[in-house]
Amino acid sequence: MAEMQNRNTRRDLLKNIFRGAGLLGLGGAVWGTAAEKLKASDIVLRPPGAILEEHFTKACIRCGICVEACPYNTLKLATVDGKAAVGTPYFEPRDIPCYMCTDVPCVPVCPSGALDPTELAGDDSGAVSSALDINKARMGVAVVDQEACVAYWGIQCDACYRACPLMGKAITLEFKRNERTGKHAFLEPVVHRDICTGCGLCQHACVTEKAAIFVLPRTIATGKVGEHYIKGWDKADEERLKNLKEEKAKKSSPEDVLNDWENLFDDD
Amino acid sequence: MINAVSKNRYFIFRRTIQIGLLLLFGGANWWGWKIVNGDYSAAYVLEWFYLADPHAVLQTFLAGFVLSSDAIFGGIIVLSFYALIAGRSFCSWVCPVNLITDTATTARKKWQLTKKEGFLGISRKTRFWVLGLGLILSAVVGVAAFEVVNPITMLHRGVIFGFGMGWTAIAAIFLFDLFVVEHGWCGHVCPLGAFYTLTGRFALIKIKHNSDKCTLCGKCFAVCPEKQVLNIIGKKSGFIRGACTDCGRCVEVCEDKALKFSIDNYKNIGVKNNE
Repeated sequence: MAEMQNRNTRRDLLKNIFRGAGLLGLGGAVWGTAAEKLKASDIVLRPPGAILEEHFTKACIRCGICVEACPYNTLKLATVDGKAAVGTPYFEPRDIPCYMCTDVPCVPVCPSGALDPTELAGDDSGAVSSALDINKARMGVAVVDQEACVAYWGIQCDACYRACPLMGKAITLEFKRNERTGKHAFLEPVVHRDICTGCGLCQHACVTEKAAIFVLPRTIATGKVGEHYIKGWDKADEERLKNLKEEKAKKSSPEDVLNDWENLFDDD
Repeated sequence: MINAVSKNRYFIFRRTIQIGLLLLFGGANWWGWKIVNGDYSAAYVLEWFYLADPHAVLQTFLAGFVLSSDAIFGGIIVLSFYALIAGRSFCSWVCPVNLITDTATTARKKWQLTKKEGFLGISRKTRFWVLGLGLILSAVVGVAAFEVVNPITMLHRGVIFGFGMGWTAIAAIFLFDLFVVEHGWCGHVCPLGAFYTLTGRFALIKIKHNSDKCTLCGKCFAVCPEKQVLNIIGKKSGFIRGACTDCGRCVEVCEDKALKFSIDNYKNIGVKNNE
């Protein structure tokens, strides 16, 4: 009888362990999936000085001190509406752009390191003590939809060009002859991504119904050519050739592959 | 009237602190006050130093990011305060969710929903599993796992910065406590409560029971949100330890003066107390 009870207790114990492990697994799966989903926010603009998005969602402690430091109410804290990871700061330039305060009040108050003053260090030394340079911010990059931009239609508009705090540098106007009229010019806005901070003043100023120039996160809006293209007309870029390590030739040349009869047929 | 105030003195004190803190934090965003900026995840006090939620700091660390020193020191300050002095009092003196769950409990008692218990039973120990699971998931997923769903800061941020759709999470907790499990969120699920229960073990402020004065009237059991901590009542004198949130309800209702706030002398601390 005692043995019987013992066995039952052991069975109950095992059952409970399995049940507990199962519940833990269930909870972990649901919660983990939710966390994975909730940490992701692809298209979101962060405050100046923000570290890379994949690190930012980890680092941000979701306190909103940057939001309170912003004098223009540009920064907002995400709620569960899915615009960004819940509780993290973001901004929507069409509503309120970043007005590029020269003292950058939002960055130094960040307690977590998600907004990193060294990203904006004025004298390139990377020292925290050096004055912050808001022009070093890389919140995103402006992109022009040429189909929706009236300047590309030939209508005179330089709203984005004039709104840009780095006028003539981040956005330039390219003059082109308007063949349709034969006597006018196109004044086409062109964004230079190495200078554009992503403040969104252009997007805010754009006259079209839905902005024809808009800021996207850099990871989304930028492409990459790859190391193997070299600008032959650019002395500095050609220097890279000298430092390039010669890649070892692969063992199998194209002829070898073509002459490899063995792999042409299935084993059976 | 005076009797009513003295019967609710800690309750009034708690609500004053809870709502006062909400006002101080809210005022920072609404009117530009510079007393405490931020929220209960991290706060900037008097533009001088930072405070941070040690549980959030720990999760972030496990997620693979070493926070800057402001947040780390802020977490250490808060952790030291609760671990050395105030125990688990965050839950009933500071946490805004306590306002929601206390309301749910009051309504539950008024409408006598309590008697229909057994609809869904979960253990009080669940919260420790939630705490552990959250810490593991932080490391696995690479994000502070509780912070992405944390209803405490969601409510706090909601009050300060606007709710958006965040009120649904708060409504869910209210309904859970009202209809599903009595003291469901705070007493069974919340990992932050579990965190402060563990860290507050050796805190100085505790409620002391004098068994000689006790007449076993049972009033303290009727009001306590963590009844299991009252296991010594009427049996032996000593300190209420474990998951006690120092809310002081039992002290107010005790007509025998058998319960009072006191300083722990750490005798019999090793004795297993119900968490």
